[in-house]
Amino acid sequence: MSTAPLLNVEHLTMRFGGLVAVDDVSFAAERGQITALIGPNGAGKTTVFNCITGFYKPSEGMIALTHASGRRFLLERLDDHAINAKAKVARTFQNIRLFPGMTALENLMVAQHERLTATAGLTLGALFGLKRFHAAERQAVELASHWLERIGLIDQADNAAGNLSYGDQRRLEIARAMCTRPELLCLDEPAAGLNARESDSLNALLRTICAEENTAILLIEHDMSVVMTISDHIIVLDHGAIIADGPPQAVREDEAVIAAYLGVPDEEVEDAEREVGL
Amino acid sequence: MEYFLQQLINGIALGSIYGLIAIGYTLVYGIIGMINFAHGDVFMVGSFIALIAFIGLLSIGITFIPLALILVLLVAMLLTAVWGWTIERVAYRPLRASFRLAPLITAIGMSIVLQNFVQVSQGARVKTLQPVITGGYELMHAENFAVSLSNIQILIVVTTIALMTAFWLLIDRTPLGRSLRACEQDRMMAALCGVNVDRTISLTFVMGAALAAVAGLLYLLYYGVIDFFIGFIAGIKAFTAAVLGGIGSLPGAMLGGMIIGLIETFWSAYFTIEYKDVAAFSMLALVLIFFPSGLLGRPEVEKV
Repeated sequence: MSTAPLLNVEHLTMRFGGLVAVDDVSFAAERGQITALIGPNGAGKTTVFNCITGFYKPSEGMIALTHASGRRFLLERLDDHAINAKAKVARTFQNIRLFPGMTALENLMVAQHERLTATAGLTLGALFGLKRFHAAERQAVELASHWLERIGLIDQADNAAGNLSYGDQRRLEIARAMCTRPELLCLDEPAAGLNARESDSLNALLRTICAEENTAILLIEHDMSVVMTISDHIIVLDHGAIIADGPPQAVREDEAVIAAYLGVPDEEVEDAEREVGL
Repeated sequence: MEYFLQQLINGIALGSIYGLIAIGYTLVYGIIGMINFAHGDVFMVGSFIALIAFIGLLSIGITFIPLALILVLLVAMLLTAVWGWTIERVAYRPLRASFRLAPLITAIGMSIVLQNFVQVSQGARVKTLQPVITGGYELMHAENFAVSLSNIQILIVVTTIALMTAFWLLIDRTPLGRSLRACEQDRMMAALCGVNVDRTISLTFVMGAALAAVAGLLYLLYYGVIDFFIGFIAGIKAFTAAVLGGIGSLPGAMLGGMIIGLIETFWSAYFTIEYKDVAAFSMLALVLIFFPSGLLGRPEVEKV
């Protein structure tokens, strides 16, 4: 068992031309915890996500991921598929990105691709019915069914993913991410567009994932009720820099956070104006 | 009636060959959205490799035809697959992030390269192969016309059906097929699910080229004459077949191939042979007016 935090982001900077979207951000996410990344629109949350999951190559900085086994990966140096296949990081998106033409079950099977191809013997084994492959395929179906049951979609297993309802698609995305057996699950606004009841069941699902699967969750969310209820640790970004980092209680009362979200009270603006001689 | 039946048989044999080539176009379009204009020439290279392998096998004394055929098939599929892989690696992959027209231009360039390479290395004259598979069955006999089904036609149709079945199983049942379909729908997301997208695209080219090699071998056995330019017309026809059937759709490619093969054959038989290409391409125009995404293609639905 390694003592290093699961995810360790150090001095992460991402520039797009002259725009600095993320500026020298350092934080850590611990195993078995839900870490939330919050901040006003345009604060750079999704950019941080995109750097972690390989969409962007960061301009500067290091993103280290340490497995429970002690294996360490530098995510900024890995190919995008290796980030999932080797480093075991999975993610979902703000907008749903399932494979709409494939069935719910197939969506979960694709996520287990890496382990299945290892047994398929150049695919020919799969075609001619290799025993080893059949056993692996059966296990994959079992894992997929297990997750379909947990998200309550087992009845819809053979329906095309694109035909499921919005809330079902959201949960299926999380199930698909979990079928890759990730060490770190990155969720980009999982509660967006869900009603109160769906949002509650999502919270419960995320908590059990965290507790039972030994998967840490990194979360971007705008819904403060969700964030405050489920996260163990909150990081607040504004204009690409971290303005607060701590447990929910502390972050809720942090003045910089309140200022970033609600703006600065008028007296303070007046004070500041007086200081600069306006 | 007899005449019609004979033309139907001929058309299906020709259509099978077109269908096998069309699969290569449709697969590549499905997964990276580009038209691989060099694919017709990959088919041509496949038929040359088959011819060379045949002559080589005969010269070392393997004259038992079924064995020779299987060996030639394997050699042609393997070597042509290597060609397909190499073409993707050198001409398309470096340009994948580039603008859409760039790979199209290299594809046309690749097509010219292959034609000229074969022309220079093998000579420009037509190459012939003595009929290897002869004989057949007489199905019907009218006063002065016999309907015959030759063994080579049976071989073409049986091979095509067998390959299509294997291919369909591969796409529908195996992890490779699933990852291929996943890449087709959302390449980036597939990568995030741990699918090696580069490798999947390479395998698409490999499979397309292997099927084209089979088509090349069948063409060689059927017509007995090949030259460095056969890939152009066959490629254009197969591309037409893929568009007609709905590009991106596998059954569509096969159906399109059949339709083009049948139209060509019937037009040559009942009207004039000179205008058979006009007939085939007119059919494409007509179909696209009424089914803009092809016969079996899925129209792109934009959600708002």
